Amino acid sequence: MNKTKTGVLGALTALMLSTSASVADTVKIAFIDPLSGPFAATGENAFHLFQYAVDAVVNDQGGVLDGDTFEIVGLDNKISATETLIHLQTAIDDGVRYIVQGQSSGVAAALIDAINKHNRRNPDQQVLFLNYAAIDPALTNEACSFWHFSFDANSDLKMDALTDVIAENPDLTSAYLINQDYSFGRAVAASATSMLADKRPDITIAGDEVHPIGQVKDFTPYARKIVSSGADFVITGAWGADMYGLGTSLIANGFTGPIYTYYAAASGITAGFGEAGKGSLFILAEGQTNPPASEEAEQYVAGFKEAFPGENFTLARTSNVIRMLAAAINEAGTATDVVAVANALEGLEIENPFGGTLYMRPDNHQVIQDVHVMAHTDDGVTNSLDGSPYGLLVSDSVVAAGRDSATTCEMDRP
Amino acid sequence: MDLILVNLIDGLVTGLLLFMLSAGLTLIFSMMGVLNFAHASFYMLGAYFGYQISQYMGFWMALLFAPIIVGIFGAGVERYGLRRVHQHGHVAELIFTFGLALLIEEAVQFFWGKSQVPFMVPEALDFALFSISGNAIPAYKIFMIFIAIGIFAGLLYVLTKTRIGMIIQAALSFPRTVEALGHNVPLIFMCVFGVGTALAAVAGVIAGPVLGTFPGMAFVLGSIVFVTIVIGGLGSLWGALFASLLIGWMTTFAASYNVGLAEILTAIGISKPVDMANSPWRDFWQITLSQIGPILPYLLMVLTLIFRPHGLFRKGGL
Amino acid sequence: MTDTTHSFSRPFGISLRTVMPWLVATIVLLLLPFVFSANSTITVMNQMAITIIFALAYNMLLGQGGMLSFGHAVFMGIGGVFAVHVMSYVEVFGAPLPLPLLPIFGGIAGLIFACIIGSFSTRQAGTVFAMISLGVGELIAACSLIFVAFFGGETGVSADRTYGLPVFGVEFLRQSEVYYLIAGWLLLSVLLMYLYTRTPMGRMANAVRDNPERAEFLGYSARWVRFYSFIFSGFFAGIAGGLFALNYEIMTTENMSLVQSGKILLITFLGGMGFFVGPIIGAIVFTLLTTVLSRYTELGALYIGTIFVLTVMYCPRGLAGLLMMHEPAYRLGKLRLLLAPYLKLVIPGTVAVLGSAAVFEMLFHVRHATPGQHEMGLFGITFDSHSPFAWVIAIGGTLAAMVITRKLIPQINDAWHDANTVEGGAK
Repeated sequence: MNKTKTGVLGALTALMLSTSASVADTVKIAFIDPLSGPFAATGENAFHLFQYAVDAVVNDQGGVLDGDTFEIVGLDNKISATETLIHLQTAIDDGVRYIVQGQSSGVAAALIDAINKHNRRNPDQQVLFLNYAAIDPALTNEACSFWHFSFDANSDLKMDALTDVIAENPDLTSAYLINQDYSFGRAVAASATSMLADKRPDITIAGDEVHPIGQVKDFTPYARKIVSSGADFVITGAWGADMYGLGTSLIANGFTGPIYTYYAAASGITAGFGEAGKGSLFILAEGQTNPPASEEAEQYVAGFKEAFPGENFTLARTSNVIRMLAAAINEAGTATDVVAVANALEGLEIENPFGGTLYMRPDNHQVIQDVHVMAHTDDGVTNSLDGSPYGLLVSDSVVAAGRDSATTCEMDRP
Repeated sequence: MDLILVNLIDGLVTGLLLFMLSAGLTLIFSMMGVLNFAHASFYMLGAYFGYQISQYMGFWMALLFAPIIVGIFGAGVERYGLRRVHQHGHVAELIFTFGLALLIEEAVQFFWGKSQVPFMVPEALDFALFSISGNAIPAYKIFMIFIAIGIFAGLLYVLTKTRIGMIIQAALSFPRTVEALGHNVPLIFMCVFGVGTALAAVAGVIAGPVLGTFPGMAFVLGSIVFVTIVIGGLGSLWGALFASLLIGWMTTFAASYNVGLAEILTAIGISKPVDMANSPWRDFWQITLSQIGPILPYLLMVLTLIFRPHGLFRKGGL
Repeated sequence: MTDTTHSFSRPFGISLRTVMPWLVATIVLLLLPFVFSANSTITVMNQMAITIIFALAYNMLLGQGGMLSFGHAVFMGIGGVFAVHVMSYVEVFGAPLPLPLLPIFGGIAGLIFACIIGSFSTRQAGTVFAMISLGVGELIAACSLIFVAFFGGETGVSADRTYGLPVFGVEFLRQSEVYYLIAGWLLLSVLLMYLYTRTPMGRMANAVRDNPERAEFLGYSARWVRFYSFIFSGFFAGIAGGLFALNYEIMTTENMSLVQSGKILLITFLGGMGFFVGPIIGAIVFTLLTTVLSRYTELGALYIGTIFVLTVMYCPRGLAGLLMMHEPAYRLGKLRLLLAPYLKLVIPGTVAVLGSAAVFEMLFHVRHATPGQHEMGLFGITFDSHSPFAWVIAIGGTLAAMVITRKLIPQINDAWHDANTVEGGAK
């Protein structure tokens, strides 16, 4: 909410005047994600995390190169591809060379496509896309791009970690896969099916289905189906209101097994589940905060909570984006030549205060990091969410998940 | 067999919830001829007010007061907004409710934030009443059924058996005559609008804890309420009940059974394309009933309007 | 419903007076990129032009034909998706298609689809038509996620416009080149749609809107008249879709959503559906408003909602209606009488509007800013949002401006009366 607000007159003049050329000592980063509408809560939280990360990781530590500072600009795309492309154009005109975005893989794919075209057509204004949350595996496989870097473990890597954990647990014998009907949901289901078959052939898939995204008003029928299928665990990639509806229906209608999810935390979901979700909900994520992975991480979380009281600290990877970008800029010796920065990012490996290391795979631009299975609980939680006593406690970890996994990425390099 | 019974109960709950919204909307439509786009927004307001009141006075007081507040607000909207716009015709009225829906959603975000609020089922009802072969039936659902049936019976009684009901019914069809008889028709309209929105708020208070209370909840339900009253026949209470239950059961059963179009296609002798990845018809082979469940009501509405433009339960045109 | 056409004189007579607006429009469109040369501004102008075509197409239904549609974005969406497929066909197979012709394919797709839908939806007007359009809109929006092969699912379909044949050496690499292409199509489409309102067909659409029975007695089938309006509207919506595809090189399911359909209804109404220029004004104002608001405030949607509700309540003929109110005074040559009272209103009016916005912004800041964060910037001023002083200034200033505005209204009324009567203001 630190957006500068100027009058309408100022706005009109801003429209008229073409602002050109970035200021030499500021590295501008555009954050293009929903800041209004149904997904605003997540978008806004992420924006604040980035604001904090920029200050804590770079600006307060003396900046990059010769004291250049980072500046992050929030642009509201209302989770629409069209709005995103308009903002991309505005941002580039304003001298931005780095874009961060993450909500919705659909928007991310549109952004990659647009940036590919833009960079080819405007070699003097090239930009990099640092994706902090869109995890459709296509983005680092068939749709990969030299200009795109993925900082969250993609859904295949997370599923790889999850199935490793499931494989160790002999009590789990029957799975139910329920996902939203779109490419990411289908990718989750497909990878779960193939990896379970690979690692635990004895596990049966009691059900594998997709439901329309954002359209289901009452998840009770799905919950009934899942309960009566006899499945003893559920895997879902659903998010937002769908995740909450599905989870509460499952628990209310008598499902007692673990529910493995990608997104059942924060944005009111953790508080909404409360006691009911304890022992049932598990989330796959990177970025360990409970228990704190290091003193530095603990201080970082505390610092964020001081700067933005009442807000959730999730998405530890927002700091990774800034940390790796700063390291790459320092290595490349320039912030304006994004090809050099991209080349420096490739293969970069740094320590992650939230546990393990961060390694940018050069062949598909996917960050390799530790992936955890976290339980929704109030025991031993220091970083709690939604103002409730509940938070995410790491129960299992897979170190450097999927470091040598296969990729179909064939990158066009400049 | 047991699952069918469970689905019947679940579908009944969904249908009756829909009915509480569509009952008010259908009355408002037949009264003013305007499709109130903001109706689901009053449902959302009901849920949010319910949440706020339940923080201080508990769920039961919320169930009592939230609809009253929303009803008064609704009556105010009719009195100071709609009545003014009425003279400019139906399109203007519709746009007014459209804008109002937008405003209410923004206002809700302004006051309660953009995230889901933790509106919970009251503890007195937070247990499984009974279970059918492993499927728990929460007590709260049975409570919802009784509330909805009570409202339907009450409405039916008021509309058909009491003097006020008679005047309302008469005012719906012959407003001028009723006015000539000395009744204050604008006041009647205002009250019907207030009661209609209060009913939506009741639905909001009781649905908020189970379906989630978030700023998008009105949008999710918004157009499906229209669909219900159009299928049932605008202005018909029985039609609204029938259509609500039909849609409730239809979506529940569609979600419960994974019938794929592929099986039907195979059954009628069309063979699956060999190269699935590149066939332009590949999507037809992946469609399942549960996938298209939520859009079935729209399909039903379009078909109804094509073949029986006045809805299932109304004689004469719209 | 007000009449769309004001002067019934010489439907096709060409004189300097009738050609003048078009010449001016052409020159303005040609010069605009020299005034606003930033790529992002050109993007906004492209968006504006596409919205103008779409809004005019929509008004063929709503304003001229009296048909309220809740699902018109579907035609634009399908036109656009088809255009994208044509574009990738050109890209993959190297078909010899010059890019400027692409929108025609969008238009044809819109037309064909409108023929299919219109065959049953235009049988009746009024609520039946409106509800069918809502149902079809929802069905297509849902299908766009199900039929991935055509619609591309939630990622949508995309193509690259630069692989088409270069036209006179122009490869449409730069935004400004695309701008001229869109501007050309804008002029052409607006001209065609304007001429359509002058044809007997366009006139009959008005007649059917106002009184279908009488139109039937004249020997016109109300249904066919509605059908033709519908498919032409679908055609131009498809053109708008084709241009959208060309500009953004991507079509996603959001282009078909109910939200888009609602937006175009609001735009048309805001501009004034009773006038041919109404949707044009609506599209320009709305695009500017959303661009500016989304840049400077988080409460944009709240303001837009308020503006719509106020427009419906106080000026239901839209912005064009507001302008056209001055026509009698203009004819009487007394517009200058209004000038002084209007100028007096400008300052208090602006202060009242901006002041109310400021109060909302401050309230929002106090409620939702990070606790402890008291400093907020507004209109270029930085201040403490929790200090009573700031609140007194904001609320007091706004109220004072409102009172002054209210005081000025009788003056306006007097001036209005003077300006609109032959003898008024003579003294």
